[in-house]
Amino acid sequence: MNLVIREALLAFRRAPLLSALSVTTIAFSLFVVGLFGLVAVNLQQALRDVAERVEIVAYLLPGAPIETITLAEKDIEAFPEVQAAAYVSEDEALQRARTELVEFRDVLQELERNPLPASIEVKLKPHFRDVEHVNEVAERLRGFGFVDDVRFGRDWVEKLDRLRQIAAAVGLVVGAAFAAVAIIIIGTTIRMAVLQRSREIAIMRLVGATNGFVRRPFLLQGALKGMLGGLAAVALSYGAYALINRWLIHAEFFSQEQAVAIVGFGMLIGFFGSAASVGRHLRRV
Amino acid sequence: MIKFTNVFKAFPKGGLALKDVSFHIAKGEFVFLTGHSGAGKSTVLKLVYAEEPVTSGEVRVSGFTLAEARRKDIPMLRRRLGIVFQDFRLLEDRTAEENVAFALEVTGARRASIPARVMRVLTQVGLAAKAHAYPRELSGGEQQRVAIARALVNEPTVLLADEPTGNLDERATRGVFQLLRDINASGTAVVMATHDLDLVRQAPYRVIELQEGALVYDSAVDEPRDQAASP
Repeated sequence: MNLVIREALLAFRRAPLLSALSVTTIAFSLFVVGLFGLVAVNLQQALRDVAERVEIVAYLLPGAPIETITLAEKDIEAFPEVQAAAYVSEDEALQRARTELVEFRDVLQELERNPLPASIEVKLKPHFRDVEHVNEVAERLRGFGFVDDVRFGRDWVEKLDRLRQIAAAVGLVVGAAFAAVAIIIIGTTIRMAVLQRSREIAIMRLVGATNGFVRRPFLLQGALKGMLGGLAAVALSYGAYALINRWLIHAEFFSQEQAVAIVGFGMLIGFFGSAASVGRHLRRV
Repeated sequence: MIKFTNVFKAFPKGGLALKDVSFHIAKGEFVFLTGHSGAGKSTVLKLVYAEEPVTSGEVRVSGFTLAEARRKDIPMLRRRLGIVFQDFRLLEDRTAEENVAFALEVTGARRASIPARVMRVLTQVGLAAKAHAYPRELSGGEQQRVAIARALVNEPTVLLADEPTGNLDERATRGVFQLLRDINASGTAVVMATHDLDLVRQAPYRVIELQEGALVYDSAVDEPRDQAASP
């Protein structure tokens, strides 16, 4: 094992230029993937922020007894989809309207009787903020006897759904394309490194090295290059993120797991790229 | 030791390289393999060290039957052989010593034993003083000695040499040839492919001659012939 590590590291010293070139190529390929990842991460966050506002409001018939409503509120909060349910009395509704609808302040001041109904405002859990679940919960709310009407921005929720689907599809297709390009570029780079040492491989085999013995240093080296490239790509992405955050918009960076995934992706491509290239050499008996 | 029985070798694009070749080389023998370039000398050697598969017939080398040998047996076979080429095939970025040590390392020799074994073979080939030199700092003859040291370090039973003096001047040729004779004298069989007939005439060794892939003369079997008649 000692020898495998030594041979893998020696390759960096023997061909420093080619090694640096491989790592740089891997770094930039993964950087492009990383940039796209940043866009995807931020887009998702933005969509989550918008979805925060998905809310169902059940307007209540006037004169419903407060005990019944309190009990119903507990029931509604127990729905698996529901995050929170809040009762808003007629007075609170009017109070709110006065502060929020400044343009109508005069009209609202002069009212003799409060025209606004009481309501229960229902917020759904993050995973249930789509048309299907919103509809379902709304339907259930309609079932309560004291509920007059149930409203939610149907159009708006539908648009949000559509947006989410588009984002997911684009993310998948473009992400896969970028990943494929990265795999091809990195694979080619690794292959160059193996070709450069084809003479050495031939000599190793002539003196009786087993295929496994020939292969191991290359695999380790490929994985190392992939890892270094991945780390550099994360660093570059962080630089890009810092610039965007400072000059353009407030953005999010990768979570720790996502950053580790980028480095891991680099390692895997390096490893399997080496395995494929060396394998091709070794098959030539 | 090495036994060819009715061996044919065809290359996908090159036609028949060997036609019905049979011979037997015993332990400790010194054999010249002669013939024009393209006669099949290198092909014979390649079949011996399993670089190429046999098309038909049987090749037995040091207990292995090559048609049956599985891929994972090939490294084990090669560890019993020493192989030397016209173009030396040294690793340019390693010193003489490291080139020889490499052959031991890849075969999993005990690390502690490596330096002493390397020094011993470098001394045997007369290059102990240049152990730390890189191939580019050595003459052709010296590079070939390093290659021979590398071939010897695993203590092979047979040394295969494919035109080992092809790139060397006369003085270096004599030196390398003498070295091969010494190695043979210490018990290792040597199979040397060459078209240098002066060299062949210098020594009383067995000669196997190939012509267009066929064995046309084997001094162990055929009548001695007038040397002027050979190519």
